[in-house]
Amino acid sequence: MSKKTYAMAIRDCIAQEMRKDDKIFVMGEDIAEQGGIFGCTRDLLGEFGENRIRNTPISENSFVGMGVGAATAGMRPIVELMYMDFAYLAMDQILNQAAKIRYMFGGKAKVPLVIRGQQGIGRGNAGQHSQSVEALFMHIPGVKVALPSSPADAAGLLRTAIRDDNPIMFFEHKALYATKGEVPDDENFAIPFGQANVLKKGTDATIVATLYYVDKAVKAAEALEKEGISCEVIDPRTIVPLDIDTINDSVKKTGRLVIVHEAHKTGGVGAEIASQVTESVFKYLDAPPERLGAKQCTLPFNLGLENAVVPQIDDIINAVKKTMYK
Amino acid sequence: MIKKERLLWIYTKMNEIRKFEEKAWRLFEKNELRGSVHLYIGEEAIAATAISLLRDEDYITSTHRGHGHGIAKSDDLKRSMAELMGKETGFCKGRGGSMHIADLEKGNLGANAIVGGGIPISCGGALAAQLKGTDQVTLSFFGDGASNQGTFHESLNLASVWKLPVIFICENNQFAISVPTRQSTSVKDIGVRGKSYDMPGYTVDGNDVFAVNDAVEKAIKRAKKGDGPTLIECKTYRWKGHWTGDPEVYRTREEVSEWVAKCPIKRLRDHMIKEKIATSKELDAIEKAADKAVDEAAEFALSSPEPDTSRVLDDVFFEG
Repeated sequence: MSKKTYAMAIRDCIAQEMRKDDKIFVMGEDIAEQGGIFGCTRDLLGEFGENRIRNTPISENSFVGMGVGAATAGMRPIVELMYMDFAYLAMDQILNQAAKIRYMFGGKAKVPLVIRGQQGIGRGNAGQHSQSVEALFMHIPGVKVALPSSPADAAGLLRTAIRDDNPIMFFEHKALYATKGEVPDDENFAIPFGQANVLKKGTDATIVATLYYVDKAVKAAEALEKEGISCEVIDPRTIVPLDIDTINDSVKKTGRLVIVHEAHKTGGVGAEIASQVTESVFKYLDAPPERLGAKQCTLPFNLGLENAVVPQIDDIINAVKKTMYK
Repeated sequence: MIKKERLLWIYTKMNEIRKFEEKAWRLFEKNELRGSVHLYIGEEAIAATAISLLRDEDYITSTHRGHGHGIAKSDDLKRSMAELMGKETGFCKGRGGSMHIADLEKGNLGANAIVGGGIPISCGGALAAQLKGTDQVTLSFFGDGASNQGTFHESLNLASVWKLPVIFICENNQFAISVPTRQSTSVKDIGVRGKSYDMPGYTVDGNDVFAVNDAVEKAIKRAKKGDGPTLIECKTYRWKGHWTGDPEVYRTREEVSEWVAKCPIKRLRDHMIKEKIATSKELDAIEKAADKAVDEAAEFALSSPEPDTSRVLDDVFFEG
């Protein structure tokens, strides 16, 4: 085990995989000399050279599309989007092309493409640089979606993503880059997709949280513990595929479900999880599931306003209590 | 200069494409085909000539009007026609249809129903070749409409910066559905847009096999030398509507007739006879063989099984 930041866990995983497979290359904005504006490709240029570490112009739809084409032609590109908000500029290549190529071509193509980048609040980046957009990619079939919430998960999930033969949307969080944690030194350490992580066992309520909100959910659970309420905290880690079984099993035990994410509540991943749980284990529920997510407005610049839009730890605590009619 | 053998191959492909499209049209009218079918009739010289310069390992990307490119690259009318009919034996097992024919074994990275959507993908194929250090080239086919998409400009720019071995072939058939290029496009000749991206840009008569050949041959040489991409605009005309149900209110019958008179197949035939490259008997035989091949393709497609609906969720992801 080594203690490293979330950003370095990502960087090291990319470097380790690139040493093993010369089909892997990285492209994106400011990723070469600059090492990515969040440092996730720092020093890779020196080791791998400009052929495999490529700065791109600010042409998201086309450089993502070149990743799609290169993947279809046998390479294994990793494409960095500086902000996942910019995925909107590349939606055609992600959702009309990458996601559909294998199916539309009758199963004869593989598109081993990782599109990674960060999203979310935390730096006062306002409406076009602070969104959480993962739900869009859960809705359209053909891309897998990962949301690593710790340095170890970042390394383990990214390795799985890089080795997967499908298009992957890999959502990092800008506020997590500096967090440190133990990461296994094993260069084959990989976390399978579709395997939720149970961070805390509990009996009274199930809290499902993703990305930046996993830590907040754990903190809420710790606070509730002091009041005698025992919460199970689950991080699905990937939402495509989604490990609904682990969530259902937990709800069968606790009878209560709270889902929290930073992305907008309306049409969010929480809505999908709540629906799937009510469809399959309704009779075990002692209360309606509670969903927490950003309010339905643009992420504002002002810190006070931003905090007013996204859920806070107290909101999670109150939501759990609500499911217990307290 | 095109050697006789290749010229006859081009003539064969042009005839196969023409007859394939005519058959598709008739089948559509008989309700044997669903969806919309975008016919390549009148534009055959471009796909047949450009692709005659490729090897199997070279790549192409194609468009919604992509039957011609697929036929020239894959040499398999049966699987093309079966795909148009949505049959299990089609190139895409009936999942893609007319606008999504792909054949990765023969380097067809796919037709594309998003105008301009294939251009970055073609550059990705060229990037793969560059990274692998092969001498594969990629032909990126698209229409005049696509030359106004961001992907065209972004891709030409980056392909030029990275000196990608890609040849951008703009088939200017003069209409983006109903909108004539004069209403949509800032330049008279799309070939000049190469200049903005520091690459050669040619505008050639797309109904002239020799003009297309010269430009593409030069571009392939340049790409293989590592000097980067070329833009080639081929001026042509689609004889049929944009799709099978197009009311065609945007042009006159006289204009269509003028272009029908400039038929690229007849032009090549007349040339070969006049220059004594081939006899009319030889060429008649090619036309007849094309008719037969298309008939057989249609029979194959009609008698092929429908896909098994229980397999509809297969291949969303690669498993394994």
